[in-house]
Amino acid sequence: MFQIRCPYCGPRDEPEFKYGGQAHVAYPADPEALSDEEWARFLFFRDNSKGRYAERWNHAAGCRRWFNVVRDTGTHELVGSYRVGEQPEAAR
Amino acid sequence: MRRLPDRGRVDHDQRVAFSWDGRAVEGLRGDTLASALLASGVLVLGSSVLMSRPRGIVGDGVTDPHAFAQVGAGDRTEPLMRMHEVEAHDGLVAESRLHQGILPTGPDPDRFEKRHAHADVVVAGAGPAGLAAALAAAEQGARVILADDHPQLGGSLLGEELLLDDRPAHEWARHVEDALRAHPDVLVLPRTTVVNVGDQGAVALVERVSEHVAPEHRHGRALRRLWQVRTRELVVATGATERSLVFADNDRPGVMLAGGVRGLLHRYGLVPERCVVFTANDSAYRTAIDLVGAGVEVPCVVDVRPDPTGPLAERARALGIAVRAASAVIGTDGDAEGALAGVRVVALDGGAEEVVACDVLAVSGGWDPLMDLHHHVGGRARWDAERLCFVPDGTVPGVHLAGSAAGVFGTEACRRDGHLVGLVAAEATGHGSAADGPDAPAARDAAEAPPADFVVTPGTDPVHAFVDQHRDVTIAGVERALGSGIRHVEHLKRYTLVGTGTEQGRTAKVNAGRMAADRFALPFAEVGVSNARPPAQPVTFGALAGRALGERFDPVRTTSIHPWHVAHGAVFEDVGQWKRPWYFPQAGEDMDAAVLRECRAVREGVGMMDASTLGKIDVKGADAGEFLDRLYTGVMSTLKPGRARYGVMCKADGMVMDDGVVLRLAEDRFLATTTTGGAAGVLDWMEDFLQTEWPDLDVWLTSVTEQWATVAIVGPKAREVMAALAPQLDVRQDAFKFMQLEEAVVAGIEARVARISFSGELAFEISVPMTWGLALWEAVFAAGQPFGITPYGTESMHVLRAEKGYFIVGQETDGTVTPLDLGLDWMVADKEFVGRRSLRRSDMLRDDRKQLVGILPAERLPEGAQLVDDADFEIPVPMIGHVTSSYDSAALGRPFGLALVRRGRDRIGETIYAPLQHGTVAVEIVDPVLFDQEGARRDG
Amino acid sequence: MDPNEHALHNAPFLWRSPEPKASYEAVVVGGGLHGLATAYYLAKNHGMTDIAVVERGWIGNGNAVRNTTIIRSNYLWDESAAMYEHALKLWEGWTDELDYEILFSQRGVLNLAHNLHDVRESVRRVEANRLNGVDAEWLDADQVREFCPIIDVSPDARYPVMGATLQRRAGIARHDAVIFALGRACDALGVDIIQGCEVTGIDVVDGRVTGLQTSKGRIGAGRVGLVAAGRTSLLTAMAGFDVPIQSHPLQALVSEVYEQVLNCVVMSNAVHVYVSQAHKGELVMGAGIDAFNSYAQRGGLHVIEEQMAAGMQLFPHFSRARVLRTWGGIVDVCPDASPIVGLTPVENLYVNCGWGTGGFKATPGSGWVMAHTIATGEPHELNRPFSLTRFETGELIDEHGAAAVAH
Repeated sequence: MFQIRCPYCGPRDEPEFKYGGQAHVAYPADPEALSDEEWARFLFFRDNSKGRYAERWNHAAGCRRWFNVVRDTGTHELVGSYRVGEQPEAAR
Repeated sequence: MRRLPDRGRVDHDQRVAFSWDGRAVEGLRGDTLASALLASGVLVLGSSVLMSRPRGIVGDGVTDPHAFAQVGAGDRTEPLMRMHEVEAHDGLVAESRLHQGILPTGPDPDRFEKRHAHADVVVAGAGPAGLAAALAAAEQGARVILADDHPQLGGSLLGEELLLDDRPAHEWARHVEDALRAHPDVLVLPRTTVVNVGDQGAVALVERVSEHVAPEHRHGRALRRLWQVRTRELVVATGATERSLVFADNDRPGVMLAGGVRGLLHRYGLVPERCVVFTANDSAYRTAIDLVGAGVEVPCVVDVRPDPTGPLAERARALGIAVRAASAVIGTDGDAEGALAGVRVVALDGGAEEVVACDVLAVSGGWDPLMDLHHHVGGRARWDAERLCFVPDGTVPGVHLAGSAAGVFGTEACRRDGHLVGLVAAEATGHGSAADGPDAPAARDAAEAPPADFVVTPGTDPVHAFVDQHRDVTIAGVERALGSGIRHVEHLKRYTLVGTGTEQGRTAKVNAGRMAADRFALPFAEVGVSNARPPAQPVTFGALAGRALGERFDPVRTTSIHPWHVAHGAVFEDVGQWKRPWYFPQAGEDMDAAVLRECRAVREGVGMMDASTLGKIDVKGADAGEFLDRLYTGVMSTLKPGRARYGVMCKADGMVMDDGVVLRLAEDRFLATTTTGGAAGVLDWMEDFLQTEWPDLDVWLTSVTEQWATVAIVGPKAREVMAALAPQLDVRQDAFKFMQLEEAVVAGIEARVARISFSGELAFEISVPMTWGLALWEAVFAAGQPFGITPYGTESMHVLRAEKGYFIVGQETDGTVTPLDLGLDWMVADKEFVGRRSLRRSDMLRDDRKQLVGILPAERLPEGAQLVDDADFEIPVPMIGHVTSSYDSAALGRPFGLALVRRGRDRIGETIYAPLQHGTVAVEIVDPVLFDQEGARRDG
Repeated sequence: MDPNEHALHNAPFLWRSPEPKASYEAVVVGGGLHGLATAYYLAKNHGMTDIAVVERGWIGNGNAVRNTTIIRSNYLWDESAAMYEHALKLWEGWTDELDYEILFSQRGVLNLAHNLHDVRESVRRVEANRLNGVDAEWLDADQVREFCPIIDVSPDARYPVMGATLQRRAGIARHDAVIFALGRACDALGVDIIQGCEVTGIDVVDGRVTGLQTSKGRIGAGRVGLVAAGRTSLLTAMAGFDVPIQSHPLQALVSEVYEQVLNCVVMSNAVHVYVSQAHKGELVMGAGIDAFNSYAQRGGLHVIEEQMAAGMQLFPHFSRARVLRTWGGIVDVCPDASPIVGLTPVENLYVNCGWGTGGFKATPGSGWVMAHTIATGEPHELNRPFSLTRFETGELIDEHGAAAVAH
């Protein structure tokens, strides 16, 4: 059970959070301009790498804010958290 | 075995009486089930799993391969209890069951509970290393939790006769315990096992709260308690476990581990009559020395090493104990019961067997550090060819090993190691400095001679020499597996089942691996042992479930009107966590009769229903309209305050996600309603887009589902009822139109009233603060009496909406249905919304997609029935759709339904078939709207 | 009983441990059950003998030893039902065909329904199964109690049992024995099983695969099948393309050994339990998928706690049963919860992944169609719908089932 640092509330147990998958995948600005292949990549393809991974979490049973976490998918090391709009380098 | 009156840590004056296999047995206060049985002359516990050989107690700890019993009576009976952990008490009921337990047949009369805690340092194990670590960390100011399996702290110190600081070691243990208990920030948990370590210091412990007393003395206390501790550092001081040696008939009752024999003496005052020691290392000499000190005859120590010269061997010799160097036990002899009567000893360089009579053989093949908790979080181990055991190979951040769990042997060395590790752990939590901490106590343990790399006595009978006694795996079994081409210990384990027993083969696994290494002439380091998986000790399902049983498994949600529904005999339906009235049967009615009556009342008179469970989201802010436009397929921003509009939203993949009516309360404020089951998901969905995609929008979202109770008044006479309830409200059609919203005082309560209809009938939905829901409901019921107002439930609601062709998310849709499939083309506005792009993927543009249609079957069909083209078919047959809704209609006077049918809208008027198990039913495809197609009834 | 028989394993020889040859006609990457089954059918059905299975650890060291061994074919959609039913039919013959006691036990699988939505979806699935030639029955609550007396079917339960679907031909098998059976069968047909051999690179020349870089050196390969479950993304990245899978921990557990009390497999989506009792007597239970991506083969204890609470809903008298071992597999989950089996953008390179929680039961069918695909360069009719391209067209095979309960 992870202990995740919510940037707004501090460290809390994992069951308070909801997972949101890979971070920094924006809904396309102009979906109609995309080919079927490009649209499929947005809909269904997410990075599935082993190692450091920027991902979204929502403090669902707390402040309900979305934020991002850098976590190692091989070791479960939680490198840090950062707010929406910031980049992974801001993780702490 | 025999009890010495002046030995052990039992209370020789306090007898306890209990039952073993149906007969009365006595023990002493402080006994375990195992020690009490040994003291009572019970040597044979039962027979083995495959070969039916007699088996007895092997050690004094939880790694014992045979010491399992069925404990407790009735629904309290618990299988495979560890006999070395079960404390003998008056009224204890236990039965011999070594390998396969029996589960109770009823619910558990006892209770399990959970507690959560935070700590700087958790120390697992209160032997010399754990006690020293806990004390050092506590003195540095860290918050410490110290847990130990046993009722008394001390670990190995209680099972040995040792001096620390020239005092008996158990006195030192008591002294440290007192010091720890005096610390305000230290929690000492005896009878507590650390069972699991997770990420970021999540540690789970099981405390045996009241299982050591008879049920009538538990006084409402939980049986066990699962502690969930978030700790910054963990010190694993779980000690080491002894492994056996492999020779013929090494499984006889009476063949024990040497450390276990010492433990039985020092903990319980139990001794054999005549004991032979068989060892590959120095530690077992303590057994011989201690037994002789207790007046027990020890004819010899059989040592596989050619020249045992360590200080312990010398002490043994000085006591007159014969040491047979370069010798081994090659077999054993038994008495009539099969228990040990003698051992056969051979010199390793050849020569004749010699029989030595004894009732106990104390064996030591070496010591294996218990590193389970280290392994739980990915810690590795490496084989140490000098110490002849696995030792930690590096550590995982936050998890420290101390004492013999770290491969440090010697009591004082363990204490010193624990002290140092305790300082390091405290420093890691910001308490003190390890470098400047109090000096570590000295380690002056006598040096031990190197152990021998020895597993199997050469020439022994392989068919009766056991590698894993619990699973009855012999040398022959291992050899057979290795001969089949197996090269990996995991395959060896799975082929022979070695190490898969209830005790997880902790006394067996290393030996099996070393046999494999020998066979292939590989370094053992490359062969390894099979993985240990959590938990470190088995945990009951009940302890893991805790109090989350019955209704507490998942909260039940009810509306404020619920008590009325219960009082009026409603039958309920579970919708998500909500209890909703399904129908309100009157005397003598079955469900069909009740639903026909309720539906008729709504179509011909007036009905009322509790619509409070619908999800309600308050959407506020200058950009609220724009926000909703981006999520719903339709346009909401053009809605005027005081008006309502129906909306549908899609997932990004274009599939229908949820629907509901959106009301505009003010220029900057909307109320979006959702399905009952979808409310939480829709709010999450909205928040996600608002916070992460469009943070620039001025929008605020609040769930108000539980703030408002809603009562719907539905039917041709609804206006009369509404007028009676709200005299100041102009309910005339011209003043209060369909999809209009008014604020009004209803039955004396400030309310919102909306003209929304899910049945096609004239309807008013009245919403009041949830606390006023019941008052409103009762007022509506009273006001409706002159008109025969009829409460109805979800089933009638479903029939009424289906007659109008209205779909239900989750019933007509299943995550594969688009708004276009539902015939909602008119709702898909010419603007961007989430999921829109998906609607022009090639599969969405196919002309043979399944579409929502009405159906008129010859008889009422089961919902879920599949549809095919022809009445004559052979299985397998292509299915062209399925029945999503199916009812008897009072209004239509016949069965009808809704279905998803391939190319359905082009096939209206055609006949297809539902192949049921009792025969095939013809089904006419019709327009989904079967009642009031012109929509004339909604205005009354 | 001969103590060394253990009733299970009676094969005098299992497999060789050869060094890899310089090249093979075909190489299967991944020595899990699907990889072994693929190699087996390449040899048996397609007469290919110059083939190897390369495995980074030991064969079966993955989800093969981290699953709950449930075998069933009662899937909703035609494409899935056809695939899993083909697998089930092969399971029915495997004990004889592989000449190995894999303890395949057709004891029946119950899928419980706890609310009206469940009932509707259950009947829908039963009817679809029946018309697809898959055996399926709907049981009401009384019939559930008759079939499996220890389930708590009391109507006042928090999640009352309203009925269940039953597939009588479904059941369990012994996962370890299947590893031994397939390993032995492959070896007997000449397949080289190369363990401790990690693939570190995939050689692609002019859009065509030519070989593998491994920890045991380069291995040339005319055709390559990637059958690596949760690690597939790491391999396809070496070949320059992606698959739309996410790898999650899926935890399961086994209890200590008890006298038989549970005569069938019981599954419940709403309460989130799946449980059976193995031949030796241990209860085998699966938990939910941990939500996050991970390759660490472990999940959170809170998932196990939820699973135990769920289990106690249906079986209140399991309170004193004990969790002996838990484990976490890496499950590779596709957006539509259906696998990908077929061609890739690289010529002669084929992929088989995304089985999610359904892998064990599919083993023979998966191997059968993957072998066909590798041998012929074209998908078998059964795996044609499970292509990588379906994510562009939207032709998904959505086995997530219906959307959330709603009104």
